[in-house]
Amino acid sequence: MASRHLAKEQPKTFAFSAEGEKQVKYWLKKYPKGKQRSAVIPMLWIAQKDHGGWVPEAAMRVIGDRLDMAYIRVLEVATFYTMFNLKPVGKHLIQVCGTTPCMLRGSGDLIKVCQSRIGSAGSISADGNFSWAEVECLGACVNAPMVQVSNSDGDLYYEDLDEASMNALLDELASGKAPIPGPRVDRVTSAPTGESITLTDASLFDGSRAKKLKKIPNAPAKTKKAAAPKKAAPKAKSATGKGGK
Amino acid sequence: MLADKDRIFTNLYGREDWRLPAAKKRGCWNGTGDLMALGSEWIIDQIKASGLRGRGGAGFPTGLKWSFMPKEVGKRPHYLVVNADESEPGTCKDRDMMRHDPHLLIEGCLIASFAMKAHTAYIYLRGEYVFERERLQAAIDEAYEAGLIGKNACGSGWDFDLFVHHGAGAYICGEETALLESLEGKKGQPRLKPPFPANAGLYGCPTTVNNVESIAVTPTILRRGADWFSSFGRPGNAGTKVYCISGHVNKPCNVEEAMSIPLKELIETHAGGVRGGWENLKAVIPGGSSVPCLPRDICDTVLMDFDALSEHKSGLGTAGVIVMDQSTDMVQAITRLAYFYKHESCGQCTPCREGTGWMWRVLTRMCEGKAEMSEIDMLLNVSQQIEGHTICALGDAAAWPVQGLIRHFRHEIEDKINRYRMNKNVHAVAAE
Repeated sequence: MASRHLAKEQPKTFAFSAEGEKQVKYWLKKYPKGKQRSAVIPMLWIAQKDHGGWVPEAAMRVIGDRLDMAYIRVLEVATFYTMFNLKPVGKHLIQVCGTTPCMLRGSGDLIKVCQSRIGSAGSISADGNFSWAEVECLGACVNAPMVQVSNSDGDLYYEDLDEASMNALLDELASGKAPIPGPRVDRVTSAPTGESITLTDASLFDGSRAKKLKKIPNAPAKTKKAAAPKKAAPKAKSATGKGGK
Repeated sequence: MLADKDRIFTNLYGREDWRLPAAKKRGCWNGTGDLMALGSEWIIDQIKASGLRGRGGAGFPTGLKWSFMPKEVGKRPHYLVVNADESEPGTCKDRDMMRHDPHLLIEGCLIASFAMKAHTAYIYLRGEYVFERERLQAAIDEAYEAGLIGKNACGSGWDFDLFVHHGAGAYICGEETALLESLEGKKGQPRLKPPFPANAGLYGCPTTVNNVESIAVTPTILRRGADWFSSFGRPGNAGTKVYCISGHVNKPCNVEEAMSIPLKELIETHAGGVRGGWENLKAVIPGGSSVPCLPRDICDTVLMDFDALSEHKSGLGTAGVIVMDQSTDMVQAITRLAYFYKHESCGQCTPCREGTGWMWRVLTRMCEGKAEMSEIDMLLNVSQQIEGHTICALGDAAAWPVQGLIRHFRHEIEDKINRYRMNKNVHAVAAE
């Protein structure tokens, strides 16, 4: 378990921005009536984005009120999920994946770069530009080692890094550029480097696969009639009967 | 090598366009309405006949899982929930499917939901996949626009809504009942089973949770035939599979291959071989971090399928192949995994909450050799007390890598302890 606590200094109030409010409404529509608390994680995430990358306690109260949830339940969620930052972070939060697949390919070097340029994990650099953390597997293991950079532009993956390209990435960020995400070596996403040996057959892409199926394999013999769509009957139980015979 | 014509994920690397027109050109959404017209029972029978086993790690037969849902809809609606909380170290296949071939997944959601009489499906993505979430949402919007999902989806008469939901960085939410808790707006702590989700899942309603890959392959299975799919792999291990090959290989990559391909062939054909040659291989974790590692002599011949790997006390898991060459400090590699499980334990069950931390602390000492020889057996013993004594499988997943280490690389721990003693000139080290 990760032990996580709220920051000592907290703003008194929190309100969603106009854009944040729009997003909240969008998310609330996804869940059935009476199940709005499903939106608690998306709302905390929107609040974090609205508040410079971390979630203040006041936001948890606002969300609790909006979702008719006890504050303690919101706090529980905010402290359980490690993507919610509970104290201020730098303008760019560098999350270095340190789990074994990345470790095997040199995430330790990336961590050293962060330590020497930013400081200890969790601290914010003097100019306020950077903070960093070692995080658990980010799910880009064939592009190891990699980092996720969270800032006002989004949460982008930078992959296939080494000490030099990590330094270059931090330089780009420091100079206000928006670096292009993805692999930092010559390769296409998760494909192997070098010449392709798979997915080279042109017939996969020329439209021949979009031709109407002559015959559905293993279809029962007399399906002609059943192929006619049944009448749509939303909500009525009859719509849940067999879709065909 | 699997022929290109037999690949399901034809845009795995995103070299082609992900959008609807290009996806259709690659054969996606071809005849979906006609497939649905054959009925939900026919669909479930085909998936059963194809031999598809769940691609999320446990390998439970997908068609059988679908058949556990109530045959008729009662008072409670049915749900399909797609588990896209891909967080198993070594695994990054679902990410490619969602960002590069999203329409295969969306079409699969419609077909699977229809087969299980669900009008609503949720796809639960891990929170870190922000780009993938936005891409998938854009593809869903296209599908609604084109009438492929929504009211009267694909002209089938079936109404279907598909929503994307996300987590916020908790590995445990990949466990299906923790995922449901999280989707309901709670901490992701697994539920006791029974009741199983097919009886009481999301919002207490009948629910099936499937991995992204399991769902995304179903439309192609129906279009090409269950027998086509089951022609790959050994009996009981049918189909094609997306493997993720990471670690000490020359060309790490994701690739779709037939099930039961020899591990050595997989690594040499697609990942450019082990760094420094096959002889330089030390060990492979064949199915994501949760399964025990295998030393080279087993890797020489083992096949990549559920049965072959479990014969060697490992598992296919998610098919995240983590390759480690001779330069690897095995104790350190597994200690880092032990830290991962300590970090990700939800804290609900004592054996896991306390045991994962205990194992990590002992292993950390062992990395330096600061341990007693007898502690190796104690560590094995504790791992066995965690395994099988928790609500969910995270306890097992934390125990297995440690057991694999002791089974195959006990000598490396012993060497460290001996070296430490020689350097310090001590005869016994008190446990800290």
